[in-house]
Amino acid sequence: MSAAPVLGGTVTADEADEAAESLTIVKARHPWRWIASAVVLVLLAMAVNALITNPAWDWAIVGEYLFAPSVLEAVAFTIQLTVLGIVLGFLLGTVLALMRLSRSPLLVSVAWSYVWLFRSVPLILQLLFWYNLAILYRRISFGVPFGPALFDIGTMDLIGPVTAAVIGLTLHQAAYAAEIVRSGFLSVDQGQLEAASALGIPRTRQLFRILLPQAMRTIVPTAGNEIIGLVKGTSVVYIMALPELFYQVQVIYNRNGRVIAMLLVAAIWYLLLTTVLSVAQYYVERRFGRGAARALPPTPLQRVRGVLAVRRAARDQRLVDLGGGR
Amino acid sequence: MSHPMVDVRGVHKSYGPLEVLRGVDLQVQPGEVTVVLGPSGSGKSTLLRSINHLEKIDRGYVRIDGELIGYRRAGDRLFELKEREILRQRTHIGFVFQSFNLFPHLTVRQNVTEAPISAQRRPRAEVERLADLLIEQVGLGDKAGAYPRQLSGGQQQRVAIARALALRPKVVLFDEPTSALDPELVGEVLEAMKSLAGSGTTMIVVTHEIGFAREVADTVVFMDDGRIVEQGPPSQVLDDPRHDRTRAFLSKVL
Repeated sequence: MSAAPVLGGTVTADEADEAAESLTIVKARHPWRWIASAVVLVLLAMAVNALITNPAWDWAIVGEYLFAPSVLEAVAFTIQLTVLGIVLGFLLGTVLALMRLSRSPLLVSVAWSYVWLFRSVPLILQLLFWYNLAILYRRISFGVPFGPALFDIGTMDLIGPVTAAVIGLTLHQAAYAAEIVRSGFLSVDQGQLEAASALGIPRTRQLFRILLPQAMRTIVPTAGNEIIGLVKGTSVVYIMALPELFYQVQVIYNRNGRVIAMLLVAAIWYLLLTTVLSVAQYYVERRFGRGAARALPPTPLQRVRGVLAVRRAARDQRLVDLGGGR
Repeated sequence: MSHPMVDVRGVHKSYGPLEVLRGVDLQVQPGEVTVVLGPSGSGKSTLLRSINHLEKIDRGYVRIDGELIGYRRAGDRLFELKEREILRQRTHIGFVFQSFNLFPHLTVRQNVTEAPISAQRRPRAEVERLADLLIEQVGLGDKAGAYPRQLSGGQQQRVAIARALALRPKVVLFDEPTSALDPELVGEVLEAMKSLAGSGTTMIVVTHEIGFAREVADTVVFMDDGRIVEQGPPSQVLDDPRHDRTRAFLSKVL
């Protein structure tokens, strides 16, 4: 039958029967995809060339200052502000979200008003308020509400610029975190709580074992956004003359006049921090994705290993074939 | 004479102006299987959910094994219990949902062991042994480490049954356990329920599976419009109904 001519791609019934399994599949060609890729590659090469060859970028100065002790200290301070802002912000935000979802109308309205207020006023304004708190309240006293004070302390001593920055970032972040956590709780199927109560699982256990892990699937991507936003958002505290990364590079370029190079130093560090966070987010999402899909997709590392394994197998096969042919 | 395992007396329940239960009385003896039939909207599910206090009733009371559910009686007043107490009472009442409601982020074994460990504070080793046994009994011995979404609907519902049984409940309530299943998966769930009934478990089953009612039920209850219209052994209610409404319903589903 194989001698029969095949015209215009038609296959006779006999041939189809016989050849079905031995036919080779040829993948469709995509010439435009190749052309588009080539164009993008050329553009990329031009961009890289422009970055490297133009001496105005001052790469030597960038290299010199990238790991300068003052810059490293500033990076550490930026990380510290971010961690404090995120951890405290999400703690307060979770409390606010639970208040908002509670059955008490008072708690609901207080939480709602908080979010309304702290989302409405620009962060930079809030920071200046906290920085200048001493103008409003000279001394802060601790004691019975509306009753006698046990002790009091000067506002300036209690709330220095660093504390003011942390408070400002935390309170601002909490308003956004509250909405993120609330959306996470709302995304969990009502039947989950019903099943948990029907089983008699205690309330706090329902929250932490059943509700929160499922809410995390919705919370993590948005929270990742917020954390990355805050890494860069900490740069606004430069108005309080705090030595975080952005303020520090300004100090340096005011001294040495290498503005672009110093801004590059800051940009590279922000890039680095964000990259680490993005990778971390990927793995945290996988962790909370357990059970969400029938099978978890492989990590990039596993994918690379998979491809290599296939290549190796193919090469070994070729060697075997060659050996057999001889 | 021994008291009934489940004792529902004069239960009323409204959602706003809509009266869903209008005075329901139902007694289930220990070891008995009661199947509740009725058109949708007749209040079957609400009755079932009232028994474990997922719905708060407006009037009447429910007792399980003599214990008042959701309330404490002092004189002629019923004081609502604290949530902690109600949760403790629910551990005596198994509940199987139409939509399974397994915890998707926990494995089959974790789904089964969660409540006995956290709600009943039983020792982990004992609970895990029981869980493996129950998972085996519902025919999923090889799936203990799987996540619910890796299972078929019928398998998930069988896990849900194992999960309810792990609490060693005095009664198990089934709320249309096969209604969300593909037709070819219904049989395996009914089979699991049948063997459970055979082991002497007290069960109340809301379902549309007339065949199951005929074969397994000790008592069939027909509800319509928030009331129990008639009840009795399956041979009587299913084959020789006294009430027109029962007859009309059966002629539609049979």
